[in-house]
Amino acid sequence: MMKPGTIILYTAARFLVPLQLLFSVFLLLRGHNEPGGGFIAGLVAAGAFTLYLFTFGSAVTRDLMRVDPRNLIGIGLFIGMLSVFPAVFQGQAFLTAQWWPIMLPGGTEIKLSTPLIFDIGVYLTVVGATMTMIIALTEAEER
Amino acid sequence: MQLAVLVIYLAALITPWLFVQHQHRTAYIMALVPAVLTIWFATHIPLVAGGEVLIHEYQWIPGLDISLTMVLDGLSLMFALLICGIGTLIVLYAGAYLKGNPAQNRFLVILLAFMGSMLGLVLADNLITLFVFWELTSITSYMLIGFNHQSAEARKAALQGLIVTVAGGLALLCGLVMLASIAGSYSIQEILGSSEALTEHPLFVGMLICLLLGAFTKSAQFPFHFWLPNAMAAPTPVSAYLHSATMVKAGIYLLARLQPELGESGLWTILLSSFGAMTMLTGAFMAVRSTDLKKLLAYSTIMALGTLTLLIGIGTETAMIAFAAYLLAHSLYKGALFMLAGIVDHEAGSRDVTLLGGLRKNLPLTAILVAVAALSLAGIPPLFGFVAKELLLESMLGGAFHSFIYVFVMVASIFVVTVASVIALRPFFGTFKAPKEKEKIHEPPIAMLAGPVVLVFLSLVAGIIPGTVGSWVTLPASTAVAGGVVEGYLALWHGLNLPLLLSGISIAVGLVLFKYWDAFRSRLQVLDPIIARGPERGYFWFMDAIVWVAEWQTRILQNGSMRNYLRTIVLVFVGLTGYTLLTRYQLHWNWDVNLYFHELVTVGILVAAAIAACITHSRLGSVAAMGAVGFSVALIFILFSAPDLGITQILVETLTVILLVLVLFRLPSFSNISTTRERIRDAIVALLVGVLIMFLIMITIDVQLFEPISGYMIENSYTLAHGRNIVNVILVDYRALDTLGEIFVLALAAMGVYAMIKFNPATSPGSNHYAGTLILGEKKLAEKDIIHSLEEIHQKMLEDQNIISAGAMKDRNDNDDDDEDDSPNSSYDEDRDHDDSQAAKRKAEEHDDDAENEDKEGKKS
Repeated sequence: MMKPGTIILYTAARFLVPLQLLFSVFLLLRGHNEPGGGFIAGLVAAGAFTLYLFTFGSAVTRDLMRVDPRNLIGIGLFIGMLSVFPAVFQGQAFLTAQWWPIMLPGGTEIKLSTPLIFDIGVYLTVVGATMTMIIALTEAEER
Repeated sequence: MQLAVLVIYLAALITPWLFVQHQHRTAYIMALVPAVLTIWFATHIPLVAGGEVLIHEYQWIPGLDISLTMVLDGLSLMFALLICGIGTLIVLYAGAYLKGNPAQNRFLVILLAFMGSMLGLVLADNLITLFVFWELTSITSYMLIGFNHQSAEARKAALQGLIVTVAGGLALLCGLVMLASIAGSYSIQEILGSSEALTEHPLFVGMLICLLLGAFTKSAQFPFHFWLPNAMAAPTPVSAYLHSATMVKAGIYLLARLQPELGESGLWTILLSSFGAMTMLTGAFMAVRSTDLKKLLAYSTIMALGTLTLLIGIGTETAMIAFAAYLLAHSLYKGALFMLAGIVDHEAGSRDVTLLGGLRKNLPLTAILVAVAALSLAGIPPLFGFVAKELLLESMLGGAFHSFIYVFVMVASIFVVTVASVIALRPFFGTFKAPKEKEKIHEPPIAMLAGPVVLVFLSLVAGIIPGTVGSWVTLPASTAVAGGVVEGYLALWHGLNLPLLLSGISIAVGLVLFKYWDAFRSRLQVLDPIIARGPERGYFWFMDAIVWVAEWQTRILQNGSMRNYLRTIVLVFVGLTGYTLLTRYQLHWNWDVNLYFHELVTVGILVAAAIAACITHSRLGSVAAMGAVGFSVALIFILFSAPDLGITQILVETLTVILLVLVLFRLPSFSNISTTRERIRDAIVALLVGVLIMFLIMITIDVQLFEPISGYMIENSYTLAHGRNIVNVILVDYRALDTLGEIFVLALAAMGVYAMIKFNPATSPGSNHYAGTLILGEKKLAEKDIIHSLEEIHQKMLEDQNIISAGAMKDRNDNDDDDEDDSPNSSYDEDRDHDDSQAAKRKAEEHDDDAENEDKEGKKS
């Protein structure tokens, strides 16, 4: 199972991976105004999963991800495509950004928009594509 | 009109559902669609005959000047009537012909789709739309010809038809684009309406040749005629439809459509009349040689297509009148004859006229119908074919041509009379001959007879009242082809004149030839070797050449060496970009930059890392060095205030290193394969790229071709796009379409990597749950490869040299060495039995081992 020498990695991964994932979501959501965005956030998340993968192996990582990374690619592309169409119903050109600002009770404004949806699509595709490659490579490594 | 085309496609779409409930009766329901359309088009006859042109405008891609506008003039109307009218009969016929065939469903869908494409083709006003429908007919006809896809012959014929017509289609596309760029519009109506002289344009000859290639391949003109007889592999309804009203007539339609604009060119006249005459003669000649009913008809179609091309080439008013009349006559009798040939084949079990005879008692109605249709084919009064033939001869005499064309026309009309007599008489008269028993041969169901009856009836009626048919249908078409009002009339009786005399001669000689047909045919067998070297040979040669070239260029370009790929790509890039750079811009030397100390340090690290990556002898080292390069670049990004780029660079670098490390394990150990010369060459290539990029960067600093767009983006980033991070706003808003494309590329790349690994049996994933944890399992040698003791080696050597027998040694071994396991020994024996050469190799290795061991022992002692 696990060699004693990897105890540091083992412990670090358990703490780091959730933080990294949280950070990736943070990057994703703030991306429109500060450095960040779907692509970067996706890479951070992929990095987190890769760390987990190196520590615990592919089967456990697959369990953690819950979704097959290949499906994640499809879901990401689908969400990305979803953001294309709302503009058409408004009579505008494809992909024209739509904004739906919502005021929360606390006085905070949340701006929902098609660029956000699109960014989420990018995020999922990047995570899916990277993890598909890495998991495939690791699983093929040894028998 | 757009709706008319759409309705047919929709009908094709719902056919599978109807088929589940109604089986072969679906065809009868589906025949209603073209029937209704025929009536709808027929209601437009008075309007169009009055000289009006209906235009239904509809935009498709206005930005590219592509519209779905459809135009109904005399020519389109005649074609539309033929397509829908004969289409109705064909669908009915197919319902009975393919009754009980489980794939009838599929057949109807393709047939209707084909019909819709053909209708769209003749109605389209836009050149690009016309081309789209043109290609759709190629594709659907491919599926129709290859309908019996279990038969290798059908597949081959379908592919041949597809390759020939689609290759022509490519040429056509070039021709159409050139035409549009010369005439300044994609709309056929506008091109025809413009007064610009196209013939003077330098592109004219190229355009003409491209257009003609497209039309000639589609319409099976010599030397591309060979695909049409092979397309006989299709079910009979398809042949009937393809030959009578559609597909092959598409090329003719295009020629006729462009005749008003291009007809003035001398080259057009020469090419069309000579190729038309050649095709006509080839078709007639090949028809006389054939014995298969469908082949006879197919070659006579080629003859007719040649005649039509010839008529367009002549280009006089009489020729235009003859063209429309001949087209109508041919569609009517050819559709009927093909369906009747299908009936004979279906009922009597063969379509070879030499195997058939005396069928008139069993198939009386069919015999009469074939006789009448064949009269029209031969051009005998009072059928419409006669009217058309008279006009053909008349327009021939009117045009001034080289004498060989007259000879061709006469020979062709003589042969056609012979062919018509063969079709009409051979299967039905004389003593009874048929593969099936006489009692089993009977008239087919009404649905199969309906088509021929209607078409033959129309041939007859049109022949009796040619004036009316002329003024309603063919003259408006002639007007459209001539590009101006045509004065003329259609009549059975033109008076005693030269055409009538020629007609009479051709009929008489043709009948004589029929009498000696069998003898004539056997005489012609001498020519077989020459015919075998015909254009079809060229087609096969061409196909072989494609394969050969593909192999050759794959060997050169796709040689599997990563280094070669890189070198090719890089050198092409350097060549093209460098050439542009040197010819268009002045090279700048811009060393005048102020660098801070920390920037210099970063650049120093960068350069050092790059050099280290080049010269290191360890793979891990070069990966690490490349990582250092990447991180230095990221640092530079951050120093020049591009945090997004910096973050992305760092992340990408990290993941790249991870991926490289994963792949690294799979690579063979590091070794020096390259010679010094190769290294120097590679270094030069790398230097070239580096220097080029350096110059490019210097140029981009100094030269500004356009006003930079970044100003607009910065200004509007927050106001319009609600985002302060411009990089992200560009990615998800300004340039969202690019990003969308990129994530699709990323997804495809991931799938590619996955497929490469997954479908390699040696590396199929999922077998090792702890893979990738960097916890490497113990490498295990196969049991037989493990050598346990020195004794064992000696023993094997002795065994190999046959000094002792394996069994005896084994016993001794067991006694001598109790600790040792038996299994390696015995498995070794097996191995040796199986593969002597392997054993010999191993022996050689063991010799070395042995020597080494002995050396060691010697040292010890």
